Amino acid sequence: MIKAKDINENSVLEDLTPGGEIYEPGTARDFNTGTWRIDTPLFLAEACKHCMLCVPFCPDSAIPVKDGKRLDFIYMHCKGCGICEKVCPFQAIEMTMGGEVK
Amino acid sequence: MSKCFSGNEAVAYAMKQINPDVMGAFPITPSTEIPEYFAEYVANGEVNTEYVTVESEHSSMSVCIAAQAAGARAVSATSSCGLALMYELLYIAASCRLPVTLACVNRALSGPININNDHSDSMGARDSGWIQIYAENNQEAYDNFIMAMPIGECSSIRLPVMTCMDGFITSHAVENIELLETDAVRNFVGEYNPENYLLKKENPLAVGPYDISSYYMEHKVMQAEAMKASKSRIIQVANEFEKISGRKYGLFEEYRMDDAELALVLIGSSAGTAKAAVDKLREDGVKAGLIKIRVFRPFPGEELAQALSKTKAVAVMDKAEGFSANGGPLFAETRSALYDQKERPYLINIVYGLGGRDFKTDDVEKIFRRLADIKETGQTGPIYTHLGQRERRK
Repeated sequence: MIKAKDINENSVLEDLTPGGEIYEPGTARDFNTGTWRIDTPLFLAEACKHCMLCVPFCPDSAIPVKDGKRLDFIYMHCKGCGICEKVCPFQAIEMTMGGEVK
Repeated sequence: MSKCFSGNEAVAYAMKQINPDVMGAFPITPSTEIPEYFAEYVANGEVNTEYVTVESEHSSMSVCIAAQAAGARAVSATSSCGLALMYELLYIAASCRLPVTLACVNRALSGPININNDHSDSMGARDSGWIQIYAENNQEAYDNFIMAMPIGECSSIRLPVMTCMDGFITSHAVENIELLETDAVRNFVGEYNPENYLLKKENPLAVGPYDISSYYMEHKVMQAEAMKASKSRIIQVANEFEKISGRKYGLFEEYRMDDAELALVLIGSSAGTAKAAVDKLREDGVKAGLIKIRVFRPFPGEELAQALSKTKAVAVMDKAEGFSANGGPLFAETRSALYDQKERPYLINIVYGLGGRDFKTDDVEKIFRRLADIKETGQTGPIYTHLGQRERRK
């Protein structure tokens, strides 16, 4: 069975699946979809109280949580929508202009 | 077993014998009786199909697509504007490679509104990626529906199949037909066992994900290859069907074509009328024959060109206008198929029978007189013409 990670923009049609079916769950994680970001959030770790409010508000999977701690952004998935900055009660997120991480 | 069935009841009965998992049901004339008969089978407990009543054909086809993706076998029936309302979903079913089976009872498309037969509905869906198989009569409508699933569900094909019959002429006329035993039908059609499906918990599946330009072209070529491959699968299934039924089917039927110089190419119930006229012409010594297209998608271009290669003049009969201003859809396919032949017949196109306009043996004889004239003089006259309309003599 063809795995999602083995499919890329150079795959020949013999290595693709009928109808573009994907035979595993959660494969969005493996793909860089953050390339068209025009604004970029910065995580200010010292201001963060780990309330986790930003996590469910993130429309993508750009805010990782590990062992009860909110970690830095996964820019591979962040589209720069800025919702996390709006909902953060502690000014621990700052939006910056441009897609680059400063 | 011999039974007196209308075309609609014949198809509904085939569905009952198959006992599909899901039916997306929405009524529209002249296909209404199919979900109506089937509802009775459901109510009587004769099938254990999930019968889903919906609010439109857009939804009945959506139900079928979702069910088929989940791993179930889904069927539906529709006509005319109902098929038009499914338009978007027809492409989804085909491109997601979901082998839904649809009985299309051919009826004219509005407008002006008309409930009678022509092929404008299914011809409008000819580029949607569905296999299309047309019936001449009730027996063929029954047989084609039974053959549809083994064709479409084949793992190297995976395409939806539309079995078509002429509205009222076939769907409502009652004929004596031969039915197969239910066990034989179930055995022939078999279980639907796709390799992957949404409800397979071992490996969850994503169906119909967004296909960016880096992938779309490849997926369309794969779909086109499947359509090309379906031709041999259709023949293979027909051969297997002959073993259990004794009835022989091909991509098209050649009627008295062996030494035919003049021929018609047509689709559907008109073949019955035309065959009677051909028989009469043969008695009068005219070398007349006809080809009845059974499979329109995939189009049997090479085979048709071969079958017409010895003829002198051919009229391609379109029961759909198409409004290309260059002839109907069957004409376009036939003329294209003949292009590669070194020797090819004179070809004319006759658009006829729109919105239920009658087609009689007299009409067929008139067409053959025109073909004889073309053969004699080498002059086709106007190539794209209409038959049966009232108009001032020019």
